[in-house]
Amino acid sequence: MDIAFIETLWVTFKLASLTTLILLLLGLPFGYFLAYSQFRMKPVIEALVSMPLVLPPSVLGYYILVAYSPKYWFGEALSRLFNVKLAFSFEGILIASVLFSLPFMVQPLQNGLRSLPDSLREASYTLGKSKTTTFFRVLLPNIKSSLITALALTFAHSIGEFGVVLMVGGSIPGKTRVASIAIYDEVQSLNFSIANQYALVLFSVSFILLILIYAINKKHEAWRIM
Amino acid sequence: MENNVIEIDVAKELISANGRLNLHIRATLNLGELVVLFGDSGAGKTTLLRIISGLTTPDEGFIKAGNTVWLDTKAKINRTPQERNTGFMFQDYALFPNMTVFENITYAQKEKDRQRANELIEKFGLTELTKQKPAKLSGGQKQRVALARALACEPRFLLLDEPLSALDIKMRIILQNEILKAHNLNGTTTLMVSHDLTEVFRLAHQVMKIENGQITGFGEPDTLFLNNQISGKVQITGHIVKIEKQDTFYLLTVITGMNQVIKITAFQNDIENLKEGDQVIVFSKAFNPIIMKL
Repeated sequence: MDIAFIETLWVTFKLASLTTLILLLLGLPFGYFLAYSQFRMKPVIEALVSMPLVLPPSVLGYYILVAYSPKYWFGEALSRLFNVKLAFSFEGILIASVLFSLPFMVQPLQNGLRSLPDSLREASYTLGKSKTTTFFRVLLPNIKSSLITALALTFAHSIGEFGVVLMVGGSIPGKTRVASIAIYDEVQSLNFSIANQYALVLFSVSFILLILIYAINKKHEAWRIM
Repeated sequence: MENNVIEIDVAKELISANGRLNLHIRATLNLGELVVLFGDSGAGKTTLLRIISGLTTPDEGFIKAGNTVWLDTKAKINRTPQERNTGFMFQDYALFPNMTVFENITYAQKEKDRQRANELIEKFGLTELTKQKPAKLSGGQKQRVALARALACEPRFLLLDEPLSALDIKMRIILQNEILKAHNLNGTTTLMVSHDLTEVFRLAHQVMKIENGQITGFGEPDTLFLNNQISGKVQITGHIVKIEKQDTFYLLTVITGMNQVIKITAFQNDIENLKEGDQVIVFSKAFNPIIMKL
């Protein structure tokens, strides 16, 4: 196995792991907000969160690339204030990946919370417990299967990303070149055996993650009977 | 004087299965009393409990418990359910599925006290089930855990939404006594929804009759249900399960709250107001009860 192969897999899994971690921290409060808020503009926010599900990745990638460009205010401010250039960098594809995988984290969490009877939250409140205590001790433990689904889907989806990463990060070996892009490049260069290796790794990881989700959801089905 | 009462004056428009309902409840309850809310389903009893506990906000209203204002929509005061800390027992029990029976009870305690939790568990006949998760319990067992949990937080107000409906008669009586005991402890004020007249007569200091969102009667059970018309010595409440026509009279079968079956004869003019399912009182005047040694 050559260094480039290892390096590409490292970038791929680093991207997927960090994306999942960041989305977990964002997704919990965000899913909670969407599950329970009566906020009038909520449908707009829900639609925005779900956009990556229906939008071609190249469209999202294009907008992100435009936003990163020093010609416009966001990219200009970043480079002026922090001397950061996001286009074609690992940080750049990480942000893009977080945006792109947002619905895969938020939706299962939101649906999981919504599926719990309201009386669970209310009972905890009348027992004098704060919203935070209620969230961590009553709500979260009862949506374990949704949480695992959200984590596994986000991770698997981040590993498989192609369009957005290609648009925003290009294919710089060791920096922004991830496995799915590497497969494309290797096939273009007729290196079928390396393409084959990448494909096998991606296939296996995704398959194992999905088996994990289904096995865990089956185990926790009993909890739903309430 | 002022601070020994809970004043309630709340209004809310509800959308129920039978269309719109204007809930308007105005009452002053003495602290320390056990009040039973009595009335048909959909009359607004549960909503009233939810409004008192702070889970539902009325369109407008005022609630003052002792010297503390819990709700004043005009002054924009609305204390949270946490601040009001009422022991609320839900109709669907709302046990936490991730916790065992024991954990459900200790979660409710302000300070974790294993000994006190075990006492409650023993009292409610749950000792064998301490380590079970709620999904494994029967309806009656869940109900007992829910009641024990509501008591575990040692609330000043106990709000019980049909707390004993799923229990058999034996457990029902044991837990009626537990509710009385819990109620007498720490001078708790208890509001309880019940459809069962036996329960009303056994437990209630006051009964609040609610129909279509309004109070239609408020007072002691005797005054409210018997209108003091009867000077009977033996009174049994129950409901009619069967009306059979015999030759010149009717035979009524009544099942009491204690699950006794009583057969009573009645004439045409007696049964004109009666139909199967009606709650009735069977009484016997002083001169004719018959005593038999068991």
